[in-house]
Amino acid sequence: MSTFLNANAFLLISLVKIVIMLFLVLTVNAYLTWFERKVVAHIQSRWGPHRVGPHGLLQPLADGAKFLLKEDPTPAGVDKFVYFLAPLLSLALALTSIAIIPFGPDPLPWLILGQKIYLGITDLNIGILGLFAITALGVYGIALAGWSSNSKYPLMGGLRSSAQMISYELAMTMSVVGVLLTASSFSLRDIIEAQQHAHGLFGWQGIFSWNIFAGPLPQILGFLCFFVAAIAETNRVPFDLPEAESELVAGFHTEYASFKFAMFFIAEYTSMITVSCLCSILFFGGWLSPFPPSWTFTFYLPSLILIPFGAWVIWDGLRYETIIGKVILPGIGTAMLAIGAALIFLPALNSFIQGPFWLLSKILTFLFVYVWMRGTLPRFRYDQLMSFGWKLLLPVSLANVVITAGAILWRGY
Amino acid sequence: MSAPLLVFFVLAALAVGGALNLILQKHPIHSALSLIVVMVSLAGLYLLMGAEFVAAVQIIVYGGAIMVLFVFVIMLLNAGVEEHTNFSKLAGIAGIPLALVVTGFIAAAITHANDTVLAAPQTGAVAATKDLSTMLFREFVYPFELTSFLILIAILGALVLAQREHS
Amino acid sequence: MIPTSYYIILSSILFGLGVIAFIFKRNVITIFMSIELMLNAVNLAFVAFSRALGQLDGQIFVLFVIVVAAAEAAVGLGIVILIARNRQSLNVERVDLLKL
Repeated sequence: MSTFLNANAFLLISLVKIVIMLFLVLTVNAYLTWFERKVVAHIQSRWGPHRVGPHGLLQPLADGAKFLLKEDPTPAGVDKFVYFLAPLLSLALALTSIAIIPFGPDPLPWLILGQKIYLGITDLNIGILGLFAITALGVYGIALAGWSSNSKYPLMGGLRSSAQMISYELAMTMSVVGVLLTASSFSLRDIIEAQQHAHGLFGWQGIFSWNIFAGPLPQILGFLCFFVAAIAETNRVPFDLPEAESELVAGFHTEYASFKFAMFFIAEYTSMITVSCLCSILFFGGWLSPFPPSWTFTFYLPSLILIPFGAWVIWDGLRYETIIGKVILPGIGTAMLAIGAALIFLPALNSFIQGPFWLLSKILTFLFVYVWMRGTLPRFRYDQLMSFGWKLLLPVSLANVVITAGAILWRGY
Repeated sequence: MSAPLLVFFVLAALAVGGALNLILQKHPIHSALSLIVVMVSLAGLYLLMGAEFVAAVQIIVYGGAIMVLFVFVIMLLNAGVEEHTNFSKLAGIAGIPLALVVTGFIAAAITHANDTVLAAPQTGAVAATKDLSTMLFREFVYPFELTSFLILIAILGALVLAQREHS
Repeated sequence: MIPTSYYIILSSILFGLGVIAFIFKRNVITIFMSIELMLNAVNLAFVAFSRALGQLDGQIFVLFVIVVAAAEAAVGLGIVILIARNRQSLNVERVDLLKL
């Protein structure tokens, strides 16, 4: 038994990591929907979900139950195999892209089965290129969904959406080339390492050594192109005409009901999370702290955030009368307080948690920007969208590549 | 049966299965999906051989662009199920075993060849993208620029072909 | 490790299946896809030999083959759309205007 475990240690550990990561991603997805509904509601001066559990925190559970229990009709005349394949394909590809993202610099301090456990399922040599390969295949989920529904609105929505996705895919891949030239590697870990050792703007370290400020050419243009193209890739506002309710009924997922619609939904939110991870890793330093490494007092920032927040959660929970409010919320608050205190007293754990803490805060910031845009911006018309992608974004990202290459040659990197 | 050999057989079975499915399916969209399966399994085989950049390019360009083009055309032209024709039964009964025999003969001839290249096991080293790009821009720069012209001509050709007639 | 001959046999099987599909199918788009299958089989042979000989030339040639296949698919599908527009059918046996 133990020889079997030791011989296949890598495989077994990867399987366990995949299961844990899937569970985490699906939970984050569910609470991302809650986050989006709350933020959009507050932008629109209303409350959002606040009845189902304290602050509406159990709303995702209610939504999940609804998706599982609702009737799942199959329209007549659909191509059965393709109709069932499309949401599966979307979901599988979106979830696969999480495998490539590294979440922390150091491995766990103890060895399991003789293997070092890094945070993150794998680190490909062709990291970012593999991610683009998965994104490229994601077009099929939408095109096939639109076509197989045997109805004109989904077909139009599906074709428009997939045309939009392949147009912006080019701009997205081109805008990353500046970062790749700076880091001389495709691997995501190497890109963050390059930012760590980069000569910062004016020699300052910390935030000024991130790709968006430092390197041969600050990649501001590249970041803007990438972010806009990625929003178009994930079919979010302001580029969500193909699935907008007022335009094409519901676009490519009109004929899809409960669970299959939930699969498209999860795929969209997961690709949102992946894009946020990529933005933070490629342009904003990944797990690097914005403060210079010599300012070690900033190591206490996670505790500084967790302890007051935990206290507030305890105070807030005691106001409720239900069990969830009175018992579970203070329990969560106490756990946060305990973790915050433990981080102060265990410096090894504290330095381990720094990397993931900064990466998660950057990811949350980008997710907030995504949701913020949903609440505030109107959507593009389809021809405006296509001309923007081909006539503005692609030439600008190509220019970014050329200028970055020129800057590398000129400054002698 | 080592792990790489097992992975090879799984991917090879997927590739051959996809190719067979391309022949056997009646609706072109199912053939297109089978071809995508073939391409992705071939990308897996390239990864097994250590050619990771070629694998990524195969999925991005072949699987993510060329096959998307095929799928779009099938959808837009509303291609339906193929019509039934009557092929001679003799061709089927005699042809398929003959094809299998010829394939087996070729396979046997290749396996028993004394050529050192064919018998050499694949090395496990990974092809670095940097070496590939250095070679592409030094020894192969002339074909590289020519292919860019080729793509330009193809774009212009597709545009001209797709124009409606101005009557 | 896996001998090169295994990859070459797989490549020849795929090429043969591509030829069979090319001969026996009647939909123009499916015939096109069988051409892509044949090109893929050839790519596999290229990469296998490139690894066996330890040189990278084979992989670079694979990149060129992929680019040429992309250009050919674009123009070819344009022609297919024109055929469908003019003959109102995607059956290759209907495109026989030049027959005696």
